[in-house]
Amino acid sequence: MALTDRSSGHSRLRWLVVAIPYLWLILLFLAPFLIVVKISLSTSAIAMPPYTPALDFTAGLGALWEQIKEFTFDNYVFLTEDALYWESYLSSLKIAVISTFLVLLIGYPIAYGMARARKEWRTTLLMLVILPFWTSFLIRVYAWIGILKPEGLLNQLLLYLGVISEPLNIMPSTLAVYIGIVYSYLPFMILPLYATLEKLDETLLEAAADLGCPPTQAFWKITFPLSLPGVIAGCFLVFIPAMGEFVIPDLLGGSDTLMIGKTLWAEFFSNRDWPVSSAVAVVLLAILVVPIMLFQRAQKKAAE
Amino acid sequence: MIKNAFSGVALSAMLTVGAVSGANAADKELHIFNWSDYIDTSIIEDFTKETGIKVVYDVYDSMEILETKMLAGGSGYDIVVPTDRNLKRMIDVGVFQDLDKSKIPNLSHMWDEITTRLATYDPGNKIAVNYMWGTTGIGYNVEKIKAIMPDAPVDSMDMFFNPEVVSKFKDCGVYLLDSPDDVIPAALNYLGLPPDSKDPAEIAKAGELLDKIRPFIRKFHSSEYIQGLANGDICLAFGYSGDVIQARARAIEANNKVEVGYAIPKEGGLLWMDSMAIPKDAPNPEAALAFINYIQKPEVIAKATNYVSYANGNKDSQSFVDKAILDDPTIYPPADVMKKLYTTTPNDPKVQRVVTRLWTKIKSGT
Repeated sequence: MALTDRSSGHSRLRWLVVAIPYLWLILLFLAPFLIVVKISLSTSAIAMPPYTPALDFTAGLGALWEQIKEFTFDNYVFLTEDALYWESYLSSLKIAVISTFLVLLIGYPIAYGMARARKEWRTTLLMLVILPFWTSFLIRVYAWIGILKPEGLLNQLLLYLGVISEPLNIMPSTLAVYIGIVYSYLPFMILPLYATLEKLDETLLEAAADLGCPPTQAFWKITFPLSLPGVIAGCFLVFIPAMGEFVIPDLLGGSDTLMIGKTLWAEFFSNRDWPVSSAVAVVLLAILVVPIMLFQRAQKKAAE
Repeated sequence: MIKNAFSGVALSAMLTVGAVSGANAADKELHIFNWSDYIDTSIIEDFTKETGIKVVYDVYDSMEILETKMLAGGSGYDIVVPTDRNLKRMIDVGVFQDLDKSKIPNLSHMWDEITTRLATYDPGNKIAVNYMWGTTGIGYNVEKIKAIMPDAPVDSMDMFFNPEVVSKFKDCGVYLLDSPDDVIPAALNYLGLPPDSKDPAEIAKAGELLDKIRPFIRKFHSSEYIQGLANGDICLAFGYSGDVIQARARAIEANNKVEVGYAIPKEGGLLWMDSMAIPKDAPNPEAALAFINYIQKPEVIAKATNYVSYANGNKDSQSFVDKAILDDPTIYPPADVMKKLYTTTPNDPKVQRVVTRLWTKIKSGT
């Protein structure tokens, strides 16, 4: 009797533990997403809120059905009719891919160095990577304005050193956007890489050396393949938010920096067209779901 | 009318903390949502002293933010300060309540000139009371312009819209407001077309003009030019009167030998008005009326003007306004210049889409 009690209590606890994250996802991801999908199927209107139909659940099922019949896919069709949208998606994709590559290029040696550092140093190094998070993301991007602007710190330093005679116009430009993204997302690459590299069995490298394998080859044949799960995790942690980035291109980018986040902003705030901007968001999510699924498959493989 | 968001946010945070610490009765609390850097905070303190009503003062730095909050509803604000065409659009949607004018006796001090213009957006002046107004025009670095082009037509939109002129200042830095509502009417007006045109063909012509001068523009931005002009980093900016005047003040304060000038274009410029209105769902409309009445006391609104260097819509306040401000023709323009200032009305959604799309194309080339 006592035994069954304990096991049923155990399964109830397990159910609860599983339910909490699911509840979280339903409340904070699925429900808002469904609202966005619903608005994307509506028609823009001069009203409060600025679209129709605004579903009225108190009106009864019949009336609700009438409202649902008003839904339309026009907004999605509209997105295909103007080159602006797919060019924004492509431009965002390009910026996200290049930045992810740059972050990997910079983050890997840092993570490698950290994982190979003496044990008593590692915690300190890890702290140094996390430290910037103690300041708001927005403030850190603002700080880059101070560094990159024509009369900013970087130009002053280079002018003082005599490297340049005219201030460089780095900001505002797409180059500044790359700098901002690479800086902001570097920790998201370093942390998973460090986690995998630190666990790496060093005896494998010793064995390789004993068998006459030069260190560079050993790196490409042993270290890098074994760190792939970290590389993939890091790349997706950088790529996905970079794709939809708004703050960095808005603050550091020039007027000609085209990114889907900015296009969405203009659609929502300047045109006040909530339905079209919702359609832009839904398509963006669809574009991102593909790499997320690839990521999950890679993770499953790694787990096997 | 877009200002430094940061100082504004800091200010609102400060004021909010002050208000929350003493708040106990909700009916003694007034929530105001206004442009950033737009008030002498001692006015708010004095109001609280006089009436016992705590003020929670929040700020925005773009009209879009306010409009989106209002359209979503339930913002919790008692007073908001929309700019003309946004005011009209929100009135049409039904965001605001009619003012109980018997509670605002100080309306008797208002300036007909401005009240009449405001009626373009608020027919019958039922809903909004003007706070500040100004113009869009030409901000420039006096010395640098003179050095590059001694006979530069600084009081003409040729400075921006004539490729031969604007190209000379390219390397020195030319900024345009990132606001199609301000720039496209100016381009239309320059071309001799009606500045408030809703005809897509005419708007396209304005677009062609802007495309021609696009290569000479460093950036489209609605507030960076204040600091840029003040530091001497840029030569020329199409901006809001008060912001340029603020840049001039900052340069004088920094004593950096930068002299900033402002001119209302001789072709005529946009007269914009920021006006106070009470949302229908305001939690405390009585306090809102009390505040609007308080701020329209001639000596109080004059204090606000002296602080922000914008003209206000209160005629009787002019005897309390600093002489330097009142006599400045770029702040209180003489009657013949006033006549040339135009106002614009909101676009319907279709025209708005044409305008926004054109604007993106001008800025990004796509």
